[in-house]
Amino acid sequence: MVISAELRARIDAEIAKYPQKRGALLAALHWVQREQKCIPAEAVQELAEIFEIRPIEVLEVVTFYNMFSTEKQGRHEVRVCTNLPCSLRGARQLLKELEQHLGIEAGETTPDGRITLGHEECLGACAWAPMMRVDETYHENLDVEQARRILDALE
Amino acid sequence: MQKAPYVTSYLTEHTGDDAFATLDGYRARGGWEAARRALTEMSPDQVIELVKSSGLQGRGGAGFSTGLKWSFMPKGADKPKYLVCNADESEPGSFKDRLLLERAPHQILEGILIGAWATGAEKTFVYVRGEYAYPAAVLQRAIDECYQAGILGPSCLGTGFRHDVVITRGAGAYICGEETGLLESLEGKKGQPRKKPPFPAQFGAFGMPTTVNNVETFSHVPHIVRKGAEWFRGFGTEKSPGTTIFGVSGHVRRPGLYELPLGTRLDEIVFQHAGGPPEGRKVKGVIPGGMSMPILPASQLDVPMANEFLRERKTMLGTGGVMVMDDTTCMVRVGCVITYFFRDESCGQCTQCREGTGWLHKLMQRIERGAGTLEDLELMLDVAGKMEGQTICAFADAAAWPVQGLLRHFREDFEAHVKHGKCPFPESFEL
Repeated sequence: MVISAELRARIDAEIAKYPQKRGALLAALHWVQREQKCIPAEAVQELAEIFEIRPIEVLEVVTFYNMFSTEKQGRHEVRVCTNLPCSLRGARQLLKELEQHLGIEAGETTPDGRITLGHEECLGACAWAPMMRVDETYHENLDVEQARRILDALE
Repeated sequence: MQKAPYVTSYLTEHTGDDAFATLDGYRARGGWEAARRALTEMSPDQVIELVKSSGLQGRGGAGFSTGLKWSFMPKGADKPKYLVCNADESEPGSFKDRLLLERAPHQILEGILIGAWATGAEKTFVYVRGEYAYPAAVLQRAIDECYQAGILGPSCLGTGFRHDVVITRGAGAYICGEETGLLESLEGKKGQPRKKPPFPAQFGAFGMPTTVNNVETFSHVPHIVRKGAEWFRGFGTEKSPGTTIFGVSGHVRRPGLYELPLGTRLDEIVFQHAGGPPEGRKVKGVIPGGMSMPILPASQLDVPMANEFLRERKTMLGTGGVMVMDDTTCMVRVGCVITYFFRDESCGQCTQCREGTGWLHKLMQRIERGAGTLEDLELMLDVAGKMEGQTICAFADAAAWPVQGLLRHFREDFEAHVKHGKCPFPESFEL
């Protein structure tokens, strides 16, 4: 079982907020993704049972949204915004510097499983570009030195 | 979010003050009095009439009359009705809703409760984009405060009117900002927009009558109830009343959020408020309303920021996200960033959009590499023209318009790439 009794209780409480069970599916997927660093195949099966839908209906949601992944991500997710306002202020160079610093390319995970690096579309921090999201935290007005230090401090 | 300077008016008057995000702080500044007045002294129809006569238009991009939208909700209580607050702010260049969520959550909730009273909705789903973890947490704290204080719940403000507010978090899909894509996502599905009709007021969230309004739209409502439609019409233009929060980004000295009356001139926003381009540079072009809106060249910035004026220049206010590009900028690279985004975010439902966004991106990249031809420019316009107005939702238009805008005003940049066989802007931002 991927979904623990504790998580199941949280999902049930979330389901109660919606007129139809399935309204809580995104929340459930967020929690599984955070715990497992991906949505494993077993979780797709278990969620299908909980939400009384077919597994493919869970999987099509997983693959539609950028924040869910079927492949295991690193312990920390680092996303540099490369949309236009950030690109105009050096986001692409920042991403390249971080690729070099970590020795991986965007979209890859460090061999020790510590960091998955990637780019992301506009995160709503346009005036404080360039910026990156580390898990659920925004880091804004970055220069390369600061960004490297933030990555180095991740466990 | 006080890291950048911003001009304030009624929406953002207190957003520099940490206490404003708390129930006590909000109440101390007159908060929740408007909802009390609406629920105890006004009928739902009177609230709708007031909002209609204020001329408030939705601030999420489409600019539809808020009062009119509310009036489409069926009367009577034979089935549950819902409100949705669209906090899926994802339009590149837009970051105003984040400020309101983080710094003024009670202002949004008060607007929601007034809207709920007006439409008879029993529940509001606030759909917050997945990446906005902190804004969602701040809003949840404010919701919890409201339940504890009896503002929300089985008897809002002691009136016997029931209303609940639930936060739903998105998961990273631009299309969920489109109202019917949002409704699908809210139901735990892929965010693929629905055909209209039926409109959400008839068949919305979970098949029930639903009205979807943007975060900023709700935030204006308590001020209108408190101070009246005439007061509201004292800001902005005759056709576009009120203020809005412009987000200025890109090549300016003071990027930030500026709450200004609709109709404020674009050059005033760019040069006076945001300080203009960096030393020694000139403005080349400005996208006035988020990435979906066509760009304007430096020679056309003397335009009041309201749809009735922007339309004459073949662009729109959108979300008020003002992106400034200086004279180092390669407009083909701008096109590459824009077309990449739309290709990536197309939900794939309609052929014109799914295929067209890919074609536009490929052509844009070919021109940037210096491998394009003059025929490619015509092909891009042909593809864009065949996407426009042909699909279930406005996403394909949003993908086509910026390309048309770039070719309308910066064709010489494209032709120079073709002529020189490479990008002739060595100082431009990197791709």
